[in-house]
Amino acid sequence: MNTWLLSEHRRGPSLRFGAPLLAAAAFALLVGGFALAFYWAPEDADQGFSQKIFYVHVPIALTAYACFGWGAWKALRLLWTGERRYDLESYTAIHMGVIFGLLTLVTGSIWAKISWGQWWTWGERQLVLFLILFLFYSSYFMLRYSTDPGPRRERNSAVYALFGVVLIPVSFLAVRIAGTILHPTIFTHEGADLPWEMLVAFIVCLAGMLSLAATLYRVELTGKRIDASLRELRELFA
Amino acid sequence: MSKRFGEKLVLDDLDLVVPRGGFVLVTGPNGSGKTTLLRLCAGLFAPTGGELEVEASRAAIGFLGHEPLVYRELTALENLDLYGRLYRLPERRERAGALLERFGLWRARNERTGTFSRGMLQRLALCRTFLHDPDLLLLDEPFDGLDTEGAELLQAELAERASVTALVATHDPEALAARSTACLALA
Amino acid sequence: MSAYAADVAALARKDILLEVRSRDTLPAMLLFVVSALTIFHFALPSGSSERAETGMLWMAIVFTALLGLTRAFAAEREEGVLDGLVLSPCDRSAIWLGKTIGMTVFLVLAEIVALPAFALFFHPLSWDLVAAVALADIGIASIGTLLAAIAAASRARELLLPLLFLPLAIPVVIGGVGASIASDPASFLGFLILYDGVFAILSWASFEYVVTE
Repeated sequence: MNTWLLSEHRRGPSLRFGAPLLAAAAFALLVGGFALAFYWAPEDADQGFSQKIFYVHVPIALTAYACFGWGAWKALRLLWTGERRYDLESYTAIHMGVIFGLLTLVTGSIWAKISWGQWWTWGERQLVLFLILFLFYSSYFMLRYSTDPGPRRERNSAVYALFGVVLIPVSFLAVRIAGTILHPTIFTHEGADLPWEMLVAFIVCLAGMLSLAATLYRVELTGKRIDASLRELRELFA
Repeated sequence: MSKRFGEKLVLDDLDLVVPRGGFVLVTGPNGSGKTTLLRLCAGLFAPTGGELEVEASRAAIGFLGHEPLVYRELTALENLDLYGRLYRLPERRERAGALLERFGLWRARNERTGTFSRGMLQRLALCRTFLHDPDLLLLDEPFDGLDTEGAELLQAELAERASVTALVATHDPEALAARSTACLALA
Repeated sequence: MSAYAADVAALARKDILLEVRSRDTLPAMLLFVVSALTIFHFALPSGSSERAETGMLWMAIVFTALLGLTRAFAAEREEGVLDGLVLSPCDRSAIWLGKTIGMTVFLVLAEIVALPAFALFFHPLSWDLVAAVALADIGIASIGTLLAAIAAASRARELLLPLLFLPLAIPVVIGGVGASIASDPASFLGFLILYDGVFAILSWASFEYVVTE
């Protein structure tokens, strides 16, 4: 009897208790975080109110990195153990990463428009880095769509996901040194002296975003697993 | 074990044990999974369900597929030399030469395989298969493309290597009936 | 260890021998790069800076490399020979290394034509640029060989390879152009060395998973 159906898919987080709790936590953290950010934390001396988007943009960016990292971890597990469930987990994590990456580009673009009047600027390192990653992970999806499902596709996707996570620091370094000669960096927001109120608000927002990503990840993963199980059942009874 | 490719279930619930020294013929109509079975045993892919255990290292397996697995732009001798290197064979030149002679390809040894006829390619593929004296033979339609002389040469070669274990897919079981110890019919 | 090196040498030698016999990839790359440089001349309005021209050279290199990479496993694909290599007892990573060495040689040969052509059409080159090109070749060949194997498994391999390759090539272009025009090329060259090291090791280690099923 083909045991792939029952065992391979069902292992891993289930929807029963984890996700509603996580969703509630995400909701609470995000609402709390935004409240803190907009009502409690002081306004930035230079940028004024428009700086508030920092509480949205940067947590989203960091969450995207976390998703790509998580996806790469699952990919590594797939290659290491050969257990096929890791393929879905890796794919879902990267899917989340791309969604958050897209949001990073959008919020970053809005911030650029508010701050400097342009929708895009090559001087903003974070944005440029995300553009490269967005292109890379979009190619990941092209890879998945154009390869027939099976162990081959799983392995190839996993290897490419690993390349992605290595690309992150390499591109970061590349964009940084590019800034010194090619496209001068206009603005760095690695503001070392962040007033503690801002830091607290930021951390709460970050925790909220990560929880949101985790919730969506669980939900989507369960959905994909159900899909796969249904397909298996259909094949069995066909 | 079983093997499926996406939606297609090619092998289902196959339970097979081949003893050392056994010579098993695998028969069945086209599409019954003979090729898949051989490729599974060769380790080219893994089964989707169940277990497969092959007690032979890669260096001990001789695989003959539908493709001759030779480079068209290289000569017969160069191809065998490459495989000889990859299989870490001492005296690979001598071995290659001996096999080419046994299969009647000595005169064509310095010609690019792209110029070979179907029968010559099959003979060369057989040379490649036997080059490293494998303990386990996995042959997919070995008589395909061979003329009577080629078939006789193959029979002679198999007779020489009576102690090998073999799994041979064929739709002409009579040719090897004398040599075989068992027959597996796939449907 | 020496068996591994012997395998790599045998495979690299095989690739170069195949190219010498069939002569299909390298002439195409040479012709392509010279045509590309010619088009770039017309694409750059007069008065364009030397920096822009240097940038264009790197574009030509990347796309010529892509052209060569699409042919990376062509010989193996035609006859299904890759199965033969995979079945042999050699380490799969040796297949990668042999192929990468071969590809690097082709890239270098293409640039032996491209760089003088560029100097002729546009402006003289610095040694930093040559060093950067050599380093870039290693990186491009490394990831390209791996990606070619990944793309080979898909239904649209000619389309997929450029898509997989180009985002990864961006840091190479940054490093290369930077080294070519900066007053302090050392940091860019150092970056290229880092890129090569990191991605070569990653490609070497993961090739096994990409070429077997």
